[in-house]
Amino acid sequence: MALSSKTKAVLLGPLNKNNPVIVQVLGICSALAVTSKLEPSIVMAIAVTIVVAFANVIISLLRKSIPNRIRIIVQLVVAAALVTIVSEVLAAFAYDVNKQLSVFVGLIVTNCILMGRLEAFALGNGPWPSFLDGIGNGLGYGAILIVVGFFRELLGSGTLLGYPVIPQGLYDAGYENNGLMMLAPMAILLVACIIWVHRSKNKELQEETN
Amino acid sequence: MKALRKYLDKIKPNFEEGGKLHWLYSTYDAFETFLFVPNTTSKSGVHIHDARDSKRTMIIVILALIPALLVGMYNVGLQHYMAIGQEVTFLTRFFYGFLAVLPQIVVSYVVGLGIEFAMAQMKKEEVAEGFLVTGILIPMIVPVDTPLWMIAVATAFAVIFAKEVFGGTGYNIFNVALITRAFLFFSYPSKMSGDQVWVRTADTFGMGKGAVIDGYSGATPLGQIATTEAGNFSDFAFNGITGQPLSLSDMFFGFIPGSIGEVSTLAILLGAVILIASGVGSWKTMLSVFIGGLVAVLLVNSFAQNAIMEMPVYYHFLLGGFAFGAIFMATDPVTSARTERGKWIYGFLIGLLAITIRVFNPGYPEGMMLAILFMNAFAPLIDFYVIDANIKRRMKRATVTK
Repeated sequence: MALSSKTKAVLLGPLNKNNPVIVQVLGICSALAVTSKLEPSIVMAIAVTIVVAFANVIISLLRKSIPNRIRIIVQLVVAAALVTIVSEVLAAFAYDVNKQLSVFVGLIVTNCILMGRLEAFALGNGPWPSFLDGIGNGLGYGAILIVVGFFRELLGSGTLLGYPVIPQGLYDAGYENNGLMMLAPMAILLVACIIWVHRSKNKELQEETN
Repeated sequence: MKALRKYLDKIKPNFEEGGKLHWLYSTYDAFETFLFVPNTTSKSGVHIHDARDSKRTMIIVILALIPALLVGMYNVGLQHYMAIGQEVTFLTRFFYGFLAVLPQIVVSYVVGLGIEFAMAQMKKEEVAEGFLVTGILIPMIVPVDTPLWMIAVATAFAVIFAKEVFGGTGYNIFNVALITRAFLFFSYPSKMSGDQVWVRTADTFGMGKGAVIDGYSGATPLGQIATTEAGNFSDFAFNGITGQPLSLSDMFFGFIPGSIGEVSTLAILLGAVILIASGVGSWKTMLSVFIGGLVAVLLVNSFAQNAIMEMPVYYHFLLGGFAFGAIFMATDPVTSARTERGKWIYGFLIGLLAITIRVFNPGYPEGMMLAILFMNAFAPLIDFYVIDANIKRRMKRATVTK
């Protein structure tokens, strides 16, 4: 499937120069809360991607008939319905992860990325670009979550997806897991490091310094 | 001196523009200005110059830290030989402690200065002098048995994230040495608290081998009172590591388990005299920390419920890092309040918070680190309101006389 340059920008922009987390700085709270392990980070990334993509499509289809004054309520109803479905599916098929994510699945409703995309994109574009936009933003958000979750689980618990990856010999030699990695402040520092690397690669994103 | 100056002048051309070692100019400059007061003057504006530049200031702080460091080293040996039940000479104890602490100092300096030099070289700037003091503070505020790699990781973390990202020496919001300790404290709690880390029981480079005697307990006095079952202070007694009772003079001279720098209140006071006499440390900050502590202790004493709430104020000042933090950490000129009235407020709240954390949070037997870091964050705000109040007062005066 060949994508035109415009759809490509819609889909791939959020992965790099328009990333919701590290450029627009949205969705930080959940990025800090669920990333102490890799598995919940991945599940959260998938859940948000699905919800944003389909909410975008539905709002885009309804965009001509939604009265302007109650559009936030309509968006919330659509998002809440989708989140409930995702939450129920998780509870049925991935109960442990669902418990780890706890309230944060429900809180996807209030995720700034979701509301932002519905307001800024879906209300003014057709269903297909809206769908791509949702997928792109979900993936852009998910990519950061997975990177942060990877480092936090590796350095904080010495495991990846629950499997030990740090050799026992290293522990015997005196290595210890870093407890700070399991706390939220380290997640924000890791996000900051990603922003640091990203900004130094994309000089046009750097703010003016005085 | 002359020979050194001559040698520096001889090798200088190698580092200047066009020389083959020009890429190392920042490193050369750092050493030259470290050894000799630079003779350059500012080209613009009006400046008053003093030979006491920041490198000289830092060296005075290090001088002030030396007594506490030496007593701390002696105490490491003293506690060690007590724990293994051997009688040795004064010098053996000191030498054991010296060998135990030296690697930590070396690691902290190598890692911290390494990052500083690399950063300065990369940015083609002068090497800033801030790490001279930080490097010696770090080994003095961590337990003697902290593994070297942890010190290395924590130092690197603190220098990069607490200092370099803010713009280097003079721009950091938080005290770099305390960030190092906070990183260690939250990352590796088992190596930073409890009763196993404060006394070195293993041998150092083969020196002081021996099995730990029966009845040994390495808990610090503050750790003991935080976990005591005793309902009031009169039923409670501080014990040394072999179960012997600890007197107030032990606490004052520094013969108790604890971090290297903090144990000897006498040596810390000596440092305070040096800092105040040379004008490097602010006596206002120091005094107000103690006043804040005093107020907090008197408050909790007056409605005491348990042993630690009843603990008299002089124990609070002698034990743990209270005195060390007040003299050497709270007075850090970069991270503390800069206005004179601000220093009173800043110090007072540090003392108040430190005692509050000690008394009410059994998870943290010592509250000085967290109190100072917390107030570091508020120092700019305090300064802002002090200056703002001053401006308002003067404005009022100006309009009245119209």
